[in-house]
Amino acid sequence: MQNTWEGKNSMNEIIFKILLIIGILFNLFGCIGLVRLPDVYNRLQSATKCVTLGTCSILLSLLFHFGFTEIGIKAIVAIPLLFFGATVAAHALVKGSYLFGVKLGDQSVIDEYKDEAEKSSEDKKKMNKK
Amino acid sequence: MEQFLYIMLYIQITLCFFCLFRIIKGPTIPDRMVGIDIFGILVVGICAIIAVLTDRMFIIDIGIAWIILSFIGTLTLAKYLGGKKLNE
Repeated sequence: MQNTWEGKNSMNEIIFKILLIIGILFNLFGCIGLVRLPDVYNRLQSATKCVTLGTCSILLSLLFHFGFTEIGIKAIVAIPLLFFGATVAAHALVKGSYLFGVKLGDQSVIDEYKDEAEKSSEDKKKMNKK
Repeated sequence: MEQFLYIMLYIQITLCFFCLFRIIKGPTIPDRMVGIDIFGILVVGICAIIAVLTDRMFIIDIGIAWIILSFIGTLTLAKYLGGKKLNE
């Protein structure tokens, strides 16, 4: 393996290291939340936000290491794909798990989606009867 | 520099085992799906770090393909959980 990072600009290397450490720390906090929190919705909220932001930071750090070469441009293209794809998938997963019938945790205070979910399920029953 | 990158890579691989713990132990089905979704995002970070280590270009392509496949898979499984058909 050849070492291509020896003669690079040192300022870019410092920014690269800082962004990489920030990304790994966000990933670590998100995964600790994934293991420790008590409920599906809490786990999804913690893990999706933290891990998406951390991985975006890692991909942005590649631009500072490689400059505007092919790898850097591809990393920049991957950021919006990841940002919108992961959040939309997580939102769909929350609605699906609520309709599947997962209960909220013991310490939850309010459930604002309950009325709308009941209304939609009643509409579906009426449609099936007709 | 190389040692620093290897440390970051090993931390990221350790985080994948946290997700595997949630996939194996999760009490309900949506818990396991959350684990699969987060696992897919973490693999993209691993691909990025390996691209810096080996200085090859095609590993980022693997990451982009993994993002899109993870998105489609999670969306399909969420539709299945909600009891809906795919055209609703």
